[in-house]
Amino acid sequence: MIRVILPAHLRTLARADSEIEIDIVGPVTQRSILDALEAGYPMLRGTIREYGTGRRREFLRFFACGEDLSHEEPDAELPDAVAAGKEPFMIVGAIAGG
Amino acid sequence: MSGVRVLVGTRKGAFVLTSNERREQWDVSGPHFGGWEIYHVKGSPADPNRLYASQSSGWFGQLIQRSDDGGLTWEPVGNEFTYEGVPGTHQWYDGTQHPWEFKRVWHLEPSLTDPDTVYAGVEDAALFKSVDAGKTWKELSGLRGHETGVKWQPGAGGMCLHTILLDPGNPDRIFVAISAAGAFRTDDGGETWLPINKGLVSEFMPNPTGEVGHCVHRIAMHPARPNVLFMQKHWDVMRSDDMGGTWQEVSGNLPSDFGFPIDIHAHEPETVYVVPIKSDSEHYPPDGKLRVYRSRTGGNEWEALTNGLPQRDCYVNVLRDAMCVDTLDECGVYFGTTGGQVYASPNGGDSWAPIVRDLPAVLSVEVQTLS
Repeated sequence: MIRVILPAHLRTLARADSEIEIDIVGPVTQRSILDALEAGYPMLRGTIREYGTGRRREFLRFFACGEDLSHEEPDAELPDAVAAGKEPFMIVGAIAGG
Repeated sequence: MSGVRVLVGTRKGAFVLTSNERREQWDVSGPHFGGWEIYHVKGSPADPNRLYASQSSGWFGQLIQRSDDGGLTWEPVGNEFTYEGVPGTHQWYDGTQHPWEFKRVWHLEPSLTDPDTVYAGVEDAALFKSVDAGKTWKELSGLRGHETGVKWQPGAGGMCLHTILLDPGNPDRIFVAISAAGAFRTDDGGETWLPINKGLVSEFMPNPTGEVGHCVHRIAMHPARPNVLFMQKHWDVMRSDDMGGTWQEVSGNLPSDFGFPIDIHAHEPETVYVVPIKSDSEHYPPDGKLRVYRSRTGGNEWEALTNGLPQRDCYVNVLRDAMCVDTLDECGVYFGTTGGQVYASPNGGDSWAPIVRDLPAVLSVEVQTLS
C-alpha cells in the first residue's frame, strides 16, 4: 500500500481525503504511482503529468522522505519507506504566486 | 415565471447569479472551483441545464467541467486537447518562429441544437470540437493548418482563439476570431477556412492591411441576421454586411475606439454595445468614467450609457468575453469588470445596477434566459 498526498485543489477535484492509498504490483516508481493514481482517479489525468510528453507539470514537485525527488527518472525506484507505506509520496505545488 | 441565470467566470472561481424577469433581486452562488481560473462558462441553447466550464490553473493545467442540472453539481470531463499532427510554428512576439503549445481553453461554444456538441477555442490558437458532451475533443485542424498560420502571432493575452459564432441558418458556417491573427470563416463545418479581414487596418503590422495578423478582440452576430457582423478590434469598431467579406469602420463619435467586448441587442439587430477603453496600454475607461456606449444605428452614432455606472475614479477593464445580453422582452445587458463588479441593465442599457461588487477579476459573463 502506497500513500500519496495531493495538493489541496487536486484533493478537491478527486473528492479524496487528505491522503490517498493505492496498491502497486511491481516496482514502486514515480511512473507506477502516477499510473495507478490516474487509473483510480481519472479526473487527475493531465493535471500532474502533461498529456503527450508525460512530463511532470512545470509547477509541481515530488517529495518523499524529506527529499526532492522531482528530477529523478520516472522509472527510478522510490525509497523503501515509500514502497512500504511508511512515508507518503507527496505531490506539491510550487510556490508560484496566488 | 421566466428569469435569468448569469454565469460568471473569474480569476478565482465561477459564480452563478440568478433572478426573475424583473432582474432586481439576485441570488449568488459560488465560488465554484474556488482558486481556479474560470475563463468561460456557457450553457447549451438546446438544454439550459447543460453547462460547460473552462477551468484552468498554472499548476494543474486545463480541466473542463460539465453540469447537467444548471450549475448545482459539476463533473470533470475530458481535458485532453492534442493538436492534430505535427503542431508546427507560428510567429512569436519578436518575429521569430515559435512552436504551437496548448495552454488553455478561452471559450466554449455549445451547439445551437445538440447539447452534447460543443466547440472549444484554445490558446495557442486552435478550434476543438466534442460530440460526446465534453468527454473527448478533436481538433478541427484545417484552421490551424491554414497557410497563413506561420504569420499568426500572440497578443498581450497570448495567441488565443476567443470568439466562436455559430450561424443559426447554416450549420456548416462558423466564424472565429483570434488574437492576433484576425477573423476566419468556414462554410464547410470546419474543414477549410477563409481569412475575413479585408478592410481592417492595424498599424502595428508591417503591412497594416495584411490578410492576417490583426488583433481582433471580439466579433458579434445577431442570430436573426447572421450575414452582419460587428467587431471590436484592438483599435477600431468595425462592421461587415457580407459575412466578413469586407469591413467598414463604424467607430464614429466614440471617445476611444479601443476596447474588448461588443454585443448586440437581442431584439434590435442595429443596436450595438461597446465599452471604450482609453488605449492599448491604458486598459481603463477614459476620464475614469465607466461608460457603455450604445449605437441604435448599427454604428457610427454612439450614445454614452452612464445611469448607475461609476462616473469618477473608475479604472477597471471589461474583458472580451465579459458582456452579454438576455432575450427577455425588455433586453437585459450584463458586463463584468476586472474590479470584480457585475453590472446588469434590465432595460437595454438605459440604467444599470451592480449585481455583485466584490468578486475576483471577472473574465467572462454569459446569461441564460429561462422560461
